[in-house]
Amino acid sequence: MSLVAAERIKLFSTRSPWWCALVAIALPIGFAALLASQGGDEVPLTVGTTQAANGLGRAVIMVMAALAITTEYRFGTIRSTFQATPNRVSALLAKTAVVTTLAAVIGELVAFGSWAVCRWIKPEADLALDTADDWRSVAGVGLVFALTAVLALGVGILVRQTAGAVALLLVYSQLVEGLVTLIPRIGDDIHQWLPFFAADQFIGNDASGQPPRDLPLSPWGYLAYFAVIAVAVLAVAIITANRRDA
Amino acid sequence: MIEAVGLTKRYGKTLAVDNLSFTVPAGRVTGFLGPNGAGKSTTMRMILGLDAPTGGSALIDGKHYRDLHHPLRTVGALLDAKWVHPNRSARAHLQWMAKSNKLPAKRVDEVLEIVGLTSVAGKRAGGFSLGMSQRLGIAAALLGDPQVLLFDEPVNGLDPEGILWIRKFMHRLAEEGRTVFVSSHLLSEMALTAQELVVIGRGKLISQSSTEDFVAQATENTVRVRSPQLAALRTALGRAGVSIRDEGESLIVSGMDCAEVGELAASTGAVLHELSPQRGSLEEAFMQLTGDSVEYHTEIADGQVPATLVPAGK
Repeated sequence: MSLVAAERIKLFSTRSPWWCALVAIALPIGFAALLASQGGDEVPLTVGTTQAANGLGRAVIMVMAALAITTEYRFGTIRSTFQATPNRVSALLAKTAVVTTLAAVIGELVAFGSWAVCRWIKPEADLALDTADDWRSVAGVGLVFALTAVLALGVGILVRQTAGAVALLLVYSQLVEGLVTLIPRIGDDIHQWLPFFAADQFIGNDASGQPPRDLPLSPWGYLAYFAVIAVAVLAVAIITANRRDA
Repeated sequence: MIEAVGLTKRYGKTLAVDNLSFTVPAGRVTGFLGPNGAGKSTTMRMILGLDAPTGGSALIDGKHYRDLHHPLRTVGALLDAKWVHPNRSARAHLQWMAKSNKLPAKRVDEVLEIVGLTSVAGKRAGGFSLGMSQRLGIAAALLGDPQVLLFDEPVNGLDPEGILWIRKFMHRLAEEGRTVFVSSHLLSEMALTAQELVVIGRGKLISQSSTEDFVAQATENTVRVRSPQLAALRTALGRAGVSIRDEGESLIVSGMDCAEVGELAASTGAVLHELSPQRGSLEEAFMQLTGDSVEYHTEIADGQVPATLVPAGK
């Protein structure tokens, strides 16, 4: 627990996590507000559409998580960390616990914030959380944000450079996955096995606008799939960090 | 006590540290001396378990660093004063380190007081001068009140006041019975700071001895003699079979002490204007020993030894 406390002090004693948290919350909620207020009648407002913009927050979470570890490499504090805690696995898992918890909290704030702001703007829309699916698509955002942080930490530990890790994460999640669908014939088949597509399926957030199709996994199956990928990347990263010279 | 046994580190084709064995005793300041690129920092990183040795091992009181429980309580180290997040306050930097080793929060204020940073504890460390950063690094090293302390080039870039402070500080730590291991490429500084010396060049051990012995062994002790009857004296000395060298108006005699030279002069009837023992400097000793081990040679003529070597570029 003392390691988790140490990592908590580290995370909150610099400014970037605060800024990232603020932006990660404000951006999607602001976007949801615009969607609800400017949507008119042709865009039906559902529980699902209130969450349409949380991908913006997720992108910022990736930046925050990557920064949390890459700045340690940049400023050499990773060496002080390993000096204080020679068991690198514990040190890195403690960091993961802290960053992931913060990401989950931000995720819930984003999800319920977006939902609440839409309800406030359009009280007449049916936004009651009646079904399990409704709850999953709102409350599930925290889980997706947390796993995204795990993935980003893993990439950050492996790449070590801030610019490299952030570029890799953003370009992949924002561009590459979408471009895969353009590959003729096999594009769609590959796409449905990509990690962020999987994450979106869990919260029922299909930004592609394509008609629903038969998917290989259920929403919870997709969450498990995304979790396996995120944890695998982190595991490889921690094993690597444990072996290489700090 | 720190013990290195056959410590070796290879980076690709370069052998940075080559079968290095030495011991650092408690209660003394031990200098770790060598030219830039000799492998001092690499050795210290291996002692701290940051870099894995290719061969051999480094032990602290008989244990590997990785096996120490709450290592900050056993070993304190300052390897690089810039290893601090620039936007984190000095206090927060020490707080997380203290927390990770279950040290009481009040210890943070104590070490800040010891190094004289209490008034700037809440300021971001990025705005610190090099001297202040070094003090913060020392505060971090002292956090766990460790018995073993490692400092890598602690006086680098400090002003004379800061250098004096660190020097006295290390002596005090050693007097308290701690093991103090401090690296430097500044020979003159080591002569004043260290009681024991571990000297390396190109990753290899050159010598381990007390600083005094190191200088005495490595430099030739000579006698300078001046006389109006220099020619007669030279002939007499030549007959005695010692080596003589001219230096301006005087002779430098090696292989005889002052008494012998004086007696010889008296028997020759030579008047002496000067008869003085010459001690070699640490620089000379160092250059003599590491002459072949300096990784990057400069075009300085033989015998012209710079007071300090090239500034550190770690």
